Amino acid sequence: MADEVILLDTLPSSFGMRVRIALAEKGIRYEYRDEQLLQEKSPLLLQMNPVHKMIPVLIHNGKPICESLVILQYIDEVWNDKPPFLPSDPYQRSKARFWADFIDKKVYDSGKRVLMNKGEVMEQGKKDMIECLKLLEGELGDQLYFGGTTLGFLDIALVPYCVWFHSYETCGDFSIEAECPKLMAWGQRCMGIENVAKSLYDKHKVYEYALQLRERFGVK
Amino acid sequence: QKMAKEGLLLLDMWASPFCMRVKIALAEKGVAYEQQEEDLFGGKSELLLTSNPIYQKVPVLLHDGKPVCESTNIVSYINETWPSPPLLPPCAYGKAQARFWADFIDKKVFEAGGKIWMSSGDELEVAKKDFIEILKQVEGALGEKDYFGGESFGFVDILLIGLTSWFDAFEKFGGFKVEDYTPKLSAWIKKCMERESVAKTIVEPEKIYQCVVMLRKMNGIE
Repeated sequence: MADEVILLDTLPSSFGMRVRIALAEKGIRYEYRDEQLLQEKSPLLLQMNPVHKMIPVLIHNGKPICESLVILQYIDEVWNDKPPFLPSDPYQRSKARFWADFIDKKVYDSGKRVLMNKGEVMEQGKKDMIECLKLLEGELGDQLYFGGTTLGFLDIALVPYCVWFHSYETCGDFSIEAECPKLMAWGQRCMGIENVAKSLYDKHKVYEYALQLRERFGVK
Repeated sequence: QKMAKEGLLLLDMWASPFCMRVKIALAEKGVAYEQQEEDLFGGKSELLLTSNPIYQKVPVLLHDGKPVCESTNIVSYINETWPSPPLLPPCAYGKAQARFWADFIDKKVFEAGGKIWMSSGDELEVAKKDFIEILKQVEGALGEKDYFGGESFGFVDILLIGLTSWFDAFEKFGGFKVEDYTPKLSAWIKKCMERESVAKTIVEPEKIYQCVVMLRKMNGIE
C-alpha cells in the first residue's frame, strides 16, 4: 500500500519550510495543500489541528501530526531507511532538542518583536535576536553544520530563518550579517543543498508577506 | 557544593514541579542519583550557572559532568539512556501524539495556573476560565484511557503529574476545584498518586501553597 502524505502549509512559514526540507531530504512524495492564513482556515485544517488550528500539519495515511519539531521527529522515525536527522547518541540528541527548543522560544519571539513593533520594543527585539544568533553561532563552532558533516535536525530547524533575516533587517534597519558572519556562512552552505534551496521561499516574497502581516496587525 | 563528575547529579529545588518530573522519571527507571538543592532566591550555585548558562534554571541533570537542561528534554534523555521500562509508545505515531501533548502542557498549563495566583479581581476570573479551558483540553487528550499513553504510565503522565502539585494552590487562590470541571483528570491524578515514584516525589500541597504565599508577598501581590 502506497503511503499517502499530505502537508497543510503556507509558503512563507518558517515552520512549514522545516517540514518541506525534511520531506525532501527523505525523498518522500507528498501533496502540498496551501493554507491562506490571512484568509479563512480550511475545514481540513480545523479538523486535523483542532487544538492550535495552525500549520504545518502533516497528514500521513489520514492521521495528523502537528507542531513542526514533532513532525520532524516523526518523519525521521518513520522513514528510517534514509540518513537520520537526529544523532543516535542520547546526549547529542538532547543538545539538538535543547537548541531547537531555544530557537522556537527565543529566535521566533525576538523576530516577532522586531517585525510587529516600533520604538523601544523593536530595539530590544533586535538586541535579543543578535544575542540569540550569536549563541547559536557558538554552538555551531567550527562545524560545517550543526549536525556535524551533514545537515541535521538543528540545521533543518534553523535554516528557514535565513530567508526571514532580510525581512527583520529591512524592517529593523540593522544587519544580521555584520553581527553574525559565521551563521550567514552556514546559511549559505545550507542553501547550496538542493533539497534546502527548493524548500525555502524566496526572501523577497517573504518580505512582501511580512509587510502584509504588519499592515494586518496595524504596525505603522 | 558537590562536584559529582561520575554518575548523576540533579540540580534541584524542592518546590519546582519541573524538578519533580525528573525525579519521577528517574524513579520509574530505578536509577540512583545525587541531588543538590539550589537556593534560587539566595544565590544560584556556580555549577548551576555554568551548567545552564542560557536559562540559569533548574532542573539540570548532570550525567558524568555533562549537563542536560529543560525538564521535558531531560525526561526524553532519561528515557533514551535507560530504555526500560519505556515511557513512550513503540510506534512513531504514538510518540508524535505524546510529544504534541507534552508541548501543549509545557506551553499552557503552568503559565495559566501562575496567572491565577498572580492576579486579582476581573483578571483573576479570566485567568481561572483560561486555566479550566486548558485543563479540559488536556482531559480530552486523556479520553477514556487509564494514562495518556494508554495502559502504562508514561511520558505525558510524568510531565503533567509534577505540575499537579501546584493545583491545590491554584484552586485556593482561584476559589474553585479542578474536580468540578475535569473529574476524569482528577481521577487520573489520584491514580497516579498511587504509584510509588509519584507518591514519594510529589511535595505536599500545603507546602507548595505556603511557597506560593511567599512568592505573592515577594511580588507585592495583595
